[in-house]
Amino acid sequence: MAALEVVAGSTGPVSLPGVRRASDLHEAVAAGGVDRLLPMTPELLPLLPAGGLRRGSTVSVTPGTSSLVPALLAGVSASGAWSAVVGMPSLGILAAAQAGVALERLALVPNPGPEWPAVVAALLDGVDVVVVATPGPVTGRVASRLSARARQRGGVLMPYGRWAGADLTLTAERGVWEGLGTGRGRLRHRELTITTRGRGAAGRPRSVRVQLPGPTGRLAAVSAASRPALTVIAGEAA
Amino acid sequence: MSSPVRTLLVWCPDWPVIAIEIVAGIPARAPVAVLHAGRVVACSPAARAAGVARGLRKREAQSRCPELVVTEHDPGRDARAFEPVVAAVEQVVAGVEVVRPGACALAVRGPARYFGSEQRAAERIVEQVAQECGVEAQAGVADGVFAAGLAARAGRIVPPGQTRVFLSGMDAHSLDRPELTGLLRRLGVRTLGEFAALPAGDVLTRFGFDAALAHRFAAGLDERPLAVRRPPLELAVEEDYEEPIERVDVAAFAARALAEQLHERLAGHGLACTRLRIEAVTAHGQELARSWRHDGLLSAAAITDRVRWQLEGWLTRKSGPTAGIWRLRLVPDGVVVHAGLQPGLWGESGGGRERAHRAFARVQGLLGPESVLAAVLRGGRSPGDQVRLVPWGDERVAEPAAPWPGQLPVPAPATVVPEPAPVAVYDAQDRPVTVNARLAISAAPARLAIEDAPPVEIAGWAGPWPVDERWWAPGEARRQARFQVGLVDGRALLLALSAGEWTVEAVYD
Repeated sequence: MAALEVVAGSTGPVSLPGVRRASDLHEAVAAGGVDRLLPMTPELLPLLPAGGLRRGSTVSVTPGTSSLVPALLAGVSASGAWSAVVGMPSLGILAAAQAGVALERLALVPNPGPEWPAVVAALLDGVDVVVVATPGPVTGRVASRLSARARQRGGVLMPYGRWAGADLTLTAERGVWEGLGTGRGRLRHRELTITTRGRGAAGRPRSVRVQLPGPTGRLAAVSAASRPALTVIAGEAA
Repeated sequence: MSSPVRTLLVWCPDWPVIAIEIVAGIPARAPVAVLHAGRVVACSPAARAAGVARGLRKREAQSRCPELVVTEHDPGRDARAFEPVVAAVEQVVAGVEVVRPGACALAVRGPARYFGSEQRAAERIVEQVAQECGVEAQAGVADGVFAAGLAARAGRIVPPGQTRVFLSGMDAHSLDRPELTGLLRRLGVRTLGEFAALPAGDVLTRFGFDAALAHRFAAGLDERPLAVRRPPLELAVEEDYEEPIERVDVAAFAARALAEQLHERLAGHGLACTRLRIEAVTAHGQELARSWRHDGLLSAAAITDRVRWQLEGWLTRKSGPTAGIWRLRLVPDGVVVHAGLQPGLWGESGGGRERAHRAFARVQGLLGPESVLAAVLRGGRSPGDQVRLVPWGDERVAEPAAPWPGQLPVPAPATVVPEPAPVAVYDAQDRPVTVNARLAISAAPARLAIEDAPPVEIAGWAGPWPVDERWWAPGEARRQARFQVGLVDGRALLLALSAGEWTVEAVYD
């Protein structure tokens, strides 16, 4: 099966406000309406089948691109939502602030220790988005228990790592940095492609090419000049 | 006009000297002098016997008594040392006024009736002070605090109505107003009786208000009521349990009762607390204490929750107490007057904030208050320096914006390595790259090997960007050269070269 790559930008046919594909409409209805959605940065919306971060879902982020975590948190935190990051002692807070995360609504639990599932469960009770980097592989029982907790409490569980039964999995390929010469210049921005794969109706992979981080530290759309034309990529069901 | 109150005054002679003995351990039997502004304000009996007197200069006092121990006057120390004496007096009688450190007064009518006579009351109080604090005191009774003070110095009980006669023979110096008594002396007025004989109106017009007040004192008309000291409030609540608490639900039940008791006590005084210290003692004598901070004011339910989470954390932790808890104590800290709480209409004070704070406090209960952190931005040059982490609920003091030359350019690295990892950087000829004192680089870096991994080619680099921080503080000085490096596999790193050692400070991933 082949899928169209959706390109970020205001002129894209799918990201027009109010215009949805029939399949998206079905998912939004299944998700329980727009109230159940946490807002997201417009550049990342094409990745999310529900048109936002669905409350109660588990959205895992494949490790390797930690700047994706602040980018996702910035989208929800701009609307006043609370977030917590568990088990990421090396997360660059300054980068998170530059990405647009409201630090006054962000709590960090850098070293949760062996009791991290209890910590995540407690946080899901009151926090909208909980990012968790687990110290090791997660057993299926713990994973399904925490996902169920998120579903029940209406929070979003965002594991930074492999997670059995995640509704969506975001993967960013290693991108290309701009701005560094030999002995001069500086890192200015990076272009990369983010891909989501999901379960069930969201099984079709979607991808978007963005600047992460952009020149200001925030996620930015790829400028028109460097935007590639529509390409056909191989798609596979998850 | 009311007549002066029968007053008993307890006076500890040479109090500044006694206070030094209590606080600093310098024996008061030795010659000791307390100086203020270069002059002696108090001295021990031994020093007085050697000729040291109030008002002498330090050098003069030392020449009269070479082995004199000289200390600086500290009113705070005097007051602190006097606190146990007042507490001892309060054990016998109620309503004590601290006149100054070293002297306290009380209305003698009640104690005199209770103990039988003024004489017996005075004896009992002096005995109590000697027993409880080991401090020698004298007591005197007269009408009014001023006369009682003079009576205490003389160790006398002036009969009711005789105060004016008692005062009339006293030297005018006892008014403790040197300027006024100097003036009176030159006018030929030497005793309080002579001063009291002057017409009150003339004293007021000629010498002013303070002298008029002194004139009333001299006439034995000190009708100022006693400003009775209120003992400090005891706000902490505690409870002992005969059966040590082993289970969380039992602990929660105990906590609820205790928390409501504390809240009732606070509310009774019109107070609320902003911090709460929970202390517990286990049957094995382990003492566990933890302070909880809170942005807002803690309600009864909030206190209950915190105590419960706290106990859950202790009882379920692997390294927790080895036995059940048999004593619980709640100590309110940061007590403020409860002026009511107005919840905000917009933004942060909404229900989401409340829920999030409860969740964070829960995790703090599981892992400790320092486990949940909030980040505050501040000035600094490296990405780690620019962030300060404070325990959730602590005050987040924002620093004023200031320019920081040498800050890293935006965007900041997404991963800041807590322990910088060593790395080897080679040039095209596989020689290690170095930077000299003038920031000249030995050769362009070409390859990089992180720990034992095979070397990776460098696609682009920028630097060196020098940092020379806190060179004035030996332990904190940092001098390094920083580089941004892009690798051919797409990774980008922030490297630092310090004292010949390359490290990875941060990763742009």
